[in-house]
Amino acid sequence: MHQTFDAALGINLLHANQDEADHNRTHLDAWRITCFNLMSSPGAGKTALLEKTLAALSPDLQIAVIEGDMTTELDADRLRQSGVPVIAINTGRSCHLDARMVAGGLHQLAEHHNPHALDLVLVENVGNLVCPAEFEVGEHAKVALLSITEGEDKPLKYPVMFREADVLLVTKLDLAPYLDIDVAQIEANIRQINPDVTVIPVSAKTGEGLERWYDWVRNAVREHQSHFELIAQI
Amino acid sequence: MHETDMTKALIMTVRDWWESQPGQPAIEKVHLTVGQFTCVEPVSLQFAFDVQTKGTFLDKAELVIRETPLIAFCHPCQTEYRPEIGCQYACPHCQAPLEDIRSGRELKIDRVEYAEVPQPLATADP
Repeated sequence: MHQTFDAALGINLLHANQDEADHNRTHLDAWRITCFNLMSSPGAGKTALLEKTLAALSPDLQIAVIEGDMTTELDADRLRQSGVPVIAINTGRSCHLDARMVAGGLHQLAEHHNPHALDLVLVENVGNLVCPAEFEVGEHAKVALLSITEGEDKPLKYPVMFREADVLLVTKLDLAPYLDIDVAQIEANIRQINPDVTVIPVSAKTGEGLERWYDWVRNAVREHQSHFELIAQI
Repeated sequence: MHETDMTKALIMTVRDWWESQPGQPAIEKVHLTVGQFTCVEPVSLQFAFDVQTKGTFLDKAELVIRETPLIAFCHPCQTEYRPEIGCQYACPHCQAPLEDIRSGRELKIDRVEYAEVPQPLATADP
């Protein structure tokens, strides 16, 4: 006689990635490193923003970059010009960085550089508004970028990414005079989905808004480090 | 194509369970819950499952996906509502933004159905 049994599993489909992400975060915390995950569609300006950010902040903050790209090291080479450690990860046919890939990047970083001397690791994810939203890599905050050439409706069309973001950088502000775009509407659209997000309009070309972004980064690193001090005292 | 990676994770999780079972029972169905407010497309998941399980212990198993709708809770109105993905996320009555999500973010292996393993006849102690 054929009989069927049921076994309740109740396991999150992404539990393996989540475990690995938590593991990465434990390492980062032990090294007192703050980590941000930068996500956007291809061409929104992640690398341009990083070039400016590294130049502006790296004398005061010790920064390293983990650079995810499907096939090339073009972006990694651009960022190496700034002199900070850049670990390139080729994701192959995968459209996002997962926690295991970033774990590999952190190991490489720790092999060649003293991780205790670092303050901040910036992870540049693969350009994609869909997949990276579901895969945590061990970051302390998610930074989403949306360029004004992409249109006001993108937060509504890719809600999971914009719901998860702690900061939204609205990029390429210098192009506003040439476009029929309402930057206030971009902000209104994302606030429907994510009311507490910090929105910072910027232009990496003219430098507009970048001071606010740098302040946000400095504050986040400072807050995170004082949190470590508190834990160390317990 | 992150459904490919997710399917890999799914197969590995089910295999861990299956290997821990006495007699490795034949798995007939794997039940998943996939929320509508995730970046997962059930059709792609189904396709990846069919391809990746060929010739494995899950070859004969069926993937059953239950989709859960996006349901939000509006605090000012003290009521649940269904946002329209792609158009309207704020509360349709008071326009308060999407705060609490009550359903739609699930991504879960619920349960597996498997056939009885024939038990060997018990032998009396000598």
